[in-house]
Amino acid sequence: MKILVCISKVPDTTTKIAFTDNNTKFNSDKVQFIMNPYDEWYALVRACELKEKYGGSVTAINIGGADSDPIIRRALAIGADDAVRIDSEARDSFFVANEIAIYAKDKGFDMILTGKETIDYNGSVVGGMIAGILDWPYISLASSLETEGNTATLDREISGGREKVQVQFPFVASASKGMAEARIPNIRGITAARTKPLVVIASSGNEVLTQVRSYKLPPEKTGVKLIPADNPEQLVNLLHNEAKVI
Amino acid sequence: MSILLFTELSNNKFSKATLELITYGRKVAQACNTSVTAVILEEVSPDQIMQLSKYGVNKILKNTDVRLHHFEPNAIAKALISAAQQENATAFIFSAGYTSKAVAPIVAAKLKAGYVPGAISLPEIQGNEWHINKNVFSGKAIAEYTITTPVKVISLLPNSLAVESAETSSQIVDFNANLNDGDFKIKSLEVHKAGGKISLTDAEIVVSGGRGLKGAENWGMIEEMANILSAATACSRPVSDMHWRSHEEHVGQTGLTIRPNLYIAIGISGAIQHLAGVNGSKVIVVINNDPEAPFFKAADYGIVGDAFQVVPKLNEAFKKFKATTH
Repeated sequence: MKILVCISKVPDTTTKIAFTDNNTKFNSDKVQFIMNPYDEWYALVRACELKEKYGGSVTAINIGGADSDPIIRRALAIGADDAVRIDSEARDSFFVANEIAIYAKDKGFDMILTGKETIDYNGSVVGGMIAGILDWPYISLASSLETEGNTATLDREISGGREKVQVQFPFVASASKGMAEARIPNIRGITAARTKPLVVIASSGNEVLTQVRSYKLPPEKTGVKLIPADNPEQLVNLLHNEAKVI
Repeated sequence: MSILLFTELSNNKFSKATLELITYGRKVAQACNTSVTAVILEEVSPDQIMQLSKYGVNKILKNTDVRLHHFEPNAIAKALISAAQQENATAFIFSAGYTSKAVAPIVAAKLKAGYVPGAISLPEIQGNEWHINKNVFSGKAIAEYTITTPVKVISLLPNSLAVESAETSSQIVDFNANLNDGDFKIKSLEVHKAGGKISLTDAEIVVSGGRGLKGAENWGMIEEMANILSAATACSRPVSDMHWRSHEEHVGQTGLTIRPNLYIAIGISGAIQHLAGVNGSKVIVVINNDPEAPFFKAADYGIVGDAFQVVPKLNEAFKKFKATTH
């Protein structure tokens, strides 16, 4: 089984968000970057589990500059066999999906996995776009993935519930909660990661379909209004007359 | 030219999120001087069709291919693309949710259309250039996106604008995208629908409980409050991890993102990962016995006190309020 896992570099969850250049660029100064938790915890770990059970290989792919290498090494330490970095800034979702699709097209992958979304742009887009470009079936928000021969069985979240589906290789899936437990790389993994192959290739697509013109911070909360614990009627009154939400 | 909307039914009805989508679509169409076409894949009753007319849909494409009743993103995308081409669509708009996440990226990639997922504003239209706001960094910032592609794809985040009726007479047209069997590659084995309950992402009011409630057996008062307020119930991650509540109720970064009008958090400290899932709520009420709980900083109203004493009293007050207003 040959699996491609898409990993993205994102600011750590606790990052204080700020912008520069007249609010047109994210301020990455002093920001701690990590592998997107959904790519790591759900997609990559499940890919490694499947490979360890059935054999095959896991390749991690990232679109980014040399500053992505630490998260790529982490993916190798967790259990990916090799990695590819497309040497370009991730310009928009279509750009990223297109680069991955161009790379994956004739390499014989059985599946391409992504996390359910990235925690920076929260789009939930790249997996579906890869599937659209390659014309492979797309299973979004999958919470489990099992394989037998060339058939995969997945649980996916759908409007108002859940569905168990079956699909033939190759396919694209985005991974959500339940797919796998978090895995912390061990010393052996970290040592092995240093010598695993990381291939850097030039980007080949150049199409971008969206741009961010500017950023702003959401309006600040004006401060909490505290209500005495023995006067819940006051809260009800405020919710009705002031906030007008009941 | 037209603005196409993907109107999906939930339990055979159009949800509030879909009515918001129609209002949004109508306003976009007005700004572009064009009309609104809705695409419906499922069986739909005449009274639901009337809903579409009531909120301003000019034309309804009613799918006649029963194979599309099954949720097959690639096939649905193909059908929607064919509808978009047939109607010469300027924009294809979805309601942001499970379906849009599966289908919209495929449509956008195949049409080479700029896609803004989870829009929170109407587009500011300058000729072919559209500017649309979207939450980024898990709600910690807002980005203004620009799309200039000939066709635009948008998904609208629920609770981003108020529903407005606009009585219209709608033309109903049968629609068949002439798909091949080969377009259907995903086989459905089993479907579990939650059914009956108010869906968390649609709910206007959400009552949520955290670790401070000490155990699954103490959820009676949370459910009671939800009943009184016709609200949905939710929980924090530790609660779903400990199996006190089903993981479908988990809101936060690794669970669902919701943005109701009113979010009442009881016994939840307000870790940044939890806030990421709820900070889009219009009004936040926090009830916690720890005055230092970080959630108070993100709240509009707060009660510092023991949930086991505060909540039953608050439930009585809500009951009294409901009895006098209805």
